[in-house]
Amino acid sequence: MSTMMQYDDYQTKSTLETFGFIPELTSDEIYDQIVYIINQGWTPALEHEEPALASDIYWGMWKLPFFGMRDPNEVLAEIDQCRSMYPNHIIRVVGYDNYTQCQGHNFVVYRPRGM
Amino acid sequence: MAKTFDAGVQDYKLTYWTPDYVPLDTDLLACFKVVTQEGVPREEAAAAVAAESSTGTWTTVWTDLLTDMEFYKGKCYRIEDVPGDPSAFYAFIAYPLDLFEEGSVVNVLTSLVGNVFGFKAVRSLRLEDLRFPIAFIKTCGGPPSGIQVERDKLNKYGRPMLGCTIKPKLGLSAKNYGRAVYECLRGGLDLTKDDENINSQPFQRWRDRFEFVAEAVDKAQAQTGEVKGHYLNVTAGSVEEMMKRAEFAKELGQPIIMHDFLTAGFTANTTLANWCRDNGMLLHIHRAMHAVIDRNPHHGIHFRVLAKCLRLSGGDHLHTGTVVGKLEGDRASTLGFVDQLREAFVPEDRSRGVFFDQDWGSMPGVMAVASGGIHVWHMPALVNIFGDDSVLQFGGGTQGHPGGNAAGAAANRVALEACVKARNEGRDLEREGADILRDAARHSKELAVALDTWKEIVFEFDTVDKLDG
Repeated sequence: MSTMMQYDDYQTKSTLETFGFIPELTSDEIYDQIVYIINQGWTPALEHEEPALASDIYWGMWKLPFFGMRDPNEVLAEIDQCRSMYPNHIIRVVGYDNYTQCQGHNFVVYRPRGM
Repeated sequence: MAKTFDAGVQDYKLTYWTPDYVPLDTDLLACFKVVTQEGVPREEAAAAVAAESSTGTWTTVWTDLLTDMEFYKGKCYRIEDVPGDPSAFYAFIAYPLDLFEEGSVVNVLTSLVGNVFGFKAVRSLRLEDLRFPIAFIKTCGGPPSGIQVERDKLNKYGRPMLGCTIKPKLGLSAKNYGRAVYECLRGGLDLTKDDENINSQPFQRWRDRFEFVAEAVDKAQAQTGEVKGHYLNVTAGSVEEMMKRAEFAKELGQPIIMHDFLTAGFTANTTLANWCRDNGMLLHIHRAMHAVIDRNPHHGIHFRVLAKCLRLSGGDHLHTGTVVGKLEGDRASTLGFVDQLREAFVPEDRSRGVFFDQDWGSMPGVMAVASGGIHVWHMPALVNIFGDDSVLQFGGGTQGHPGGNAAGAAANRVALEACVKARNEGRDLEREGADILRDAARHSKELAVALDTWKEIVFEFDTVDKLDG
């Protein structure tokens, strides 16, 4: 028997940036990331877009960024609301950093069925 | 009262050793490490360095009296022992701003590390650090885009970026080379890189490489829904040729090009950085030749000075070493110059080899690039050491994977994201790193294989250039 193992085919995936390579985050795991965003002094926010337009720079913004929101559960509740309003959209959490004027965090938390 | 002219040789220290001088905010300050020849007193050697790096020459000349030498001369204002090294001492020298042309690090280096380094009275000399006054910094262009703009252009947030240098570094045809790029990018790397040795050789001309690579980048981008890039090396034998290659990269719609700033020189680098700023192109900077200049602890220029000069000349990425991989790099010292690349203000901190407060004003930051002999097992330490504003480049660690480039890239990306997620959850990466990687490998056979392939590799040689003390 050959000692060379034939390695599996690697299938290209639509991964959509940060956290696209680890298993879909559970609510508890999303909660932890929101705690991280808030503890950094950043402002959490949500964006959503239909899959065909996912490469666009600007996605739809869900309400305004959650200025002053300190309770991660409130952010989770907003994700649920956004999802029920846009069940066919991808949703991502953003952490706005006003010191660097950049986003400190940005990761997808919901993909519609079949994506 | 007017001075009189006395021809002849004078002790340098009479003019250039000024221990009572209080440096101005507008002065450019330098710290040299000096080893003198037998019998030369410290003050005389230090003053000689100040003289030879500013207004002085070996003898008095009558034209000295036609100018305000007191104003223009370099002033050695302090001498300090080097901790743990009785053979050497530090000389601190202040130079007035008017000695340097605006926006020219070339002019600064030509003065400060010019003839003086061959000067007979000193056995060896090393420029340890420079404090650029904010007034000078404001005359320099700096990074074409900077960290924040690069993140927005590449859509990379909340984590270090992942890259790799395409191997073998010489000999691939342009089409096969583009294949290697495509495989890395579709597998999860954000960026790939030309090897610095790749310019435009007979086996692979630059134009062919650019075209095939552009196809690879564009296709990987469309398939993954992520922004991808490849550092197209535009380093060339002449500035005209360099610019021609840069223009073609832009024509192909590519986001980033690369340059070797030391072998090509600061003039070429600043020209290229200015072009990048005007054309919305990111600029990756490699540092071939740096170890020739910076590795000897008693002679040359410390890399923190070269890094500062690069930030002023312009570049969006700069190689800094990995601390943990196959190449030289003391941890505290590396963190010291990584701060100089990225922060708006860096306070004096001798434990990191930082000799002066340095105010960068609003100059954009440079991403630190860790590249060379690193693999997945290093990931927790790398994320901890370099933080988010960095590019972690795994060359062999991607392309040496038993499943090839795409599988290798995926393994690294899974490892990176697992580490970032764990860090954000408050876990200690350096202590729990192995567990974090093993857990992540349960969901990724690519990572499981990578962990298995490289587990025995360690690099444990002592650092040659350690911090003093």
